[in-house]
Amino acid sequence: MNKVYSLMFAGVGGQGSLLIAELTSITAVHAGYDVKQTEVHGVSQRGGSVETHVRFGPKVYSPVVTPGEADAVIALEKLEALRFAHFVNPETGVIFVNEYEIIPGSVAGAADIYPYESIAYLRGKGLNVIALPASRIARDLGDGRMANVVMIGALSTRLPLPEASWQKALRTRLPSRYLEGNLRAFAAGWQAVQKEGG
Amino acid sequence: MEPIRNPKSEIENRPVRELLLGNQAIARGAWEAGVTFAAGYPGTPSTEIIETLAKRYPETDPRWSANEKVAFEEGMGASIGGLRVLVTMKHVGLNVAADAFMVFPYAGVNGGFVFISADDPGMHSSQNEQDNRYYGRMGKVPILEPSDAQECRDFVIAAFDLSEQFNTPVMLRTTTRLAHHKGLVEVGPRREVQQREFIPDPKRFSVPIYRKLLRPQVEERLEALRVYAETCPFNLLEHTGSKIGVVTSGISYQYVREALPEAGVLRLGMTWPLPARLLRDFCARYETVYVVEEGEPFIEEFMLSRGITNIKGQELFGVIGEQSPGRLREALQLGQTPRPFTENIRLLPRPPMFCTGCGHRTVFAALRQLRVTVSGDIGCYTMGALPPYEAEHTTFCMGASIGTAVGLEKAGHEKVVAIIGDSTFVHAGIPPLIDAVYNGSSLTLIILDNSTTGMTGAQPHAASGRNVLGQDAPKLNLVGICEAAGVENVTVVDTWQRKEVTRTIRKAVNYKGPAVVIAQGPCVQLPEMKYRDVPPYMVIEELCTQCDACFKVWCPAIKRTELNFPLIAGDECTSCTVCAQVCPTEAIVLQDTAVVI
Repeated sequence: MNKVYSLMFAGVGGQGSLLIAELTSITAVHAGYDVKQTEVHGVSQRGGSVETHVRFGPKVYSPVVTPGEADAVIALEKLEALRFAHFVNPETGVIFVNEYEIIPGSVAGAADIYPYESIAYLRGKGLNVIALPASRIARDLGDGRMANVVMIGALSTRLPLPEASWQKALRTRLPSRYLEGNLRAFAAGWQAVQKEGG
Repeated sequence: MEPIRNPKSEIENRPVRELLLGNQAIARGAWEAGVTFAAGYPGTPSTEIIETLAKRYPETDPRWSANEKVAFEEGMGASIGGLRVLVTMKHVGLNVAADAFMVFPYAGVNGGFVFISADDPGMHSSQNEQDNRYYGRMGKVPILEPSDAQECRDFVIAAFDLSEQFNTPVMLRTTTRLAHHKGLVEVGPRREVQQREFIPDPKRFSVPIYRKLLRPQVEERLEALRVYAETCPFNLLEHTGSKIGVVTSGISYQYVREALPEAGVLRLGMTWPLPARLLRDFCARYETVYVVEEGEPFIEEFMLSRGITNIKGQELFGVIGEQSPGRLREALQLGQTPRPFTENIRLLPRPPMFCTGCGHRTVFAALRQLRVTVSGDIGCYTMGALPPYEAEHTTFCMGASIGTAVGLEKAGHEKVVAIIGDSTFVHAGIPPLIDAVYNGSSLTLIILDNSTTGMTGAQPHAASGRNVLGQDAPKLNLVGICEAAGVENVTVVDTWQRKEVTRTIRKAVNYKGPAVVIAQGPCVQLPEMKYRDVPPYMVIEELCTQCDACFKVWCPAIKRTELNFPLIAGDECTSCTVCAQVCPTEAIVLQDTAVVI
């Protein structure tokens, strides 16, 4: 297999999109792939829109994902799904969306012009969108902050990365006191997509 | 360059590979090269280098210095004293350090001296773009540009040998994507390097009139480096049968390989001095040669000056922002890159904003209310210029708030407030404050004292009471230094006491003469704030009159319920108390208290 997989993780600063991108990269390393990841640090981490690119395959050159080539866009929030949807490969890619809304606090009147219907809109464009209530699933498991890990559980159904590599990445990267809950969050994300049959 | 292999892994016949950020790989390389002194000032995209040294490789004796010039000068001293030295800064940091940088090459090094210039094309977290390779050329020092995380490690190690071989400081130039991308890096053990002997030599180190004697040596060294550049191990030459060739450097090499897989490539790893013969020979083999670089047409201009004309560069690829595979394909008309979906739907922007619980909010709320002219500085508080506050009217560079305020005052703005963070004040705010007092200004200076360098992710500084290793350190007395500068009216206020903050700033603004307000309260990104075990606040809906006062605190943790009541997200609230202070009906209370009720 010569294919290089391109993934785009999007979210709002503080949601943990960088962490799940890193977990995916570590998983790909464990699975024996060459991996590159890129992220933007600094002021955008302060509640702004955050993007992280991950690419893995036998040999990866660019760490940057080009619009139109991503095998998956993983959006932790509905507006960010819209912002980064054009990165997905319109024929073969999937957009995973957490059905969760964060209204931009520093934009006047944002609540009135927020694109609540972004998922339907993207489906209307003929894109393959898998929407799941990751924040609610995580809250039901005891901590809404684990929505990010629910999302990679869902993502894992579409990547050629073995279950054991994911497990190893979660176990090595997460602090032990959060591990148990996150393993359950990961499994719940996987299950949510299986159920949908997406 | 063959990576040095870990002896243990030799047995397993596999090198040790780690997934490292470009900046972490630089730190790793410095450690392996036997660095025994490292200094820098935080600045995106360079910050993680010193942070990694502190966290993983304290043998390198890392430190945060007051500013980049001080870091550079400490490094010069350590190098002359015989240590191997790494100094780090973002692109604009070299502007600050330029005085030291321009003179050091005359003397040359003793222990190897490598400094990192982390350029930020695209201005992800900077006030301008600048291609610091021009500095390298002006200072007449060699410049290395790695293309991935592995080379970040390899080039740093090689740079120390180069520095000692040619007796020169070496610049390693990175750009944002290189510094902030992760890749697999083969690592090796640390080389212990013997400290070199310091031989006092006034002709070299101290007496300016001798600099005339040193001047020709700078040219001789540069000439030797020119010869070296033609065959140096930093370049990659990949010839193909294509009619198209590409000359490139840095991260752009990766984009070239994606966008033009068939093209012949000369990837320059050393971009000053440039190899004229190598470039000429390469270009002679191809019909057209594209020159792809991030920043200015630095290599391209050199090629043109050497009479190489079958090249195309900035006219196709531009000079603004970052390069990318998509941008190259579009420039060469190899394909259009999709744009965001915005047809019939609103793509709301999501600008960054103050963190939940950030102590800067009360200060900007007060400034907005007071309708004063505010000159800002470099830090998170540049966001005070954005809605909802819109209470910062100028921002230029580190420390500029105070000088700009003095000038605005002279231009007829009566009530001028300069606002600066504690770290930025230490970096570049003290001389302008001395000047403001000395020249009779009546400005108000607000020092946002959050005990850290916030925007770059919470690094300690001289007024924070801690050093880079997290140990207790002498703490600069901010009140004392303002008083020593001649400011008689200095007031310290708890930044979360909303009314007190407004009252104090108003008094300072109305005061005849210079005044300083120090708004104190730790940054919420500091571990002691982040992992504090305090109960959050909550809203008692029965007491709430829906007056919306709490929403005007603009706290991200305060949401709106479907019935229009405020709802405080318990896992986000930092218990800063500001919303409870503004509530006229005391409907916002600590969760613990509510249980008692």
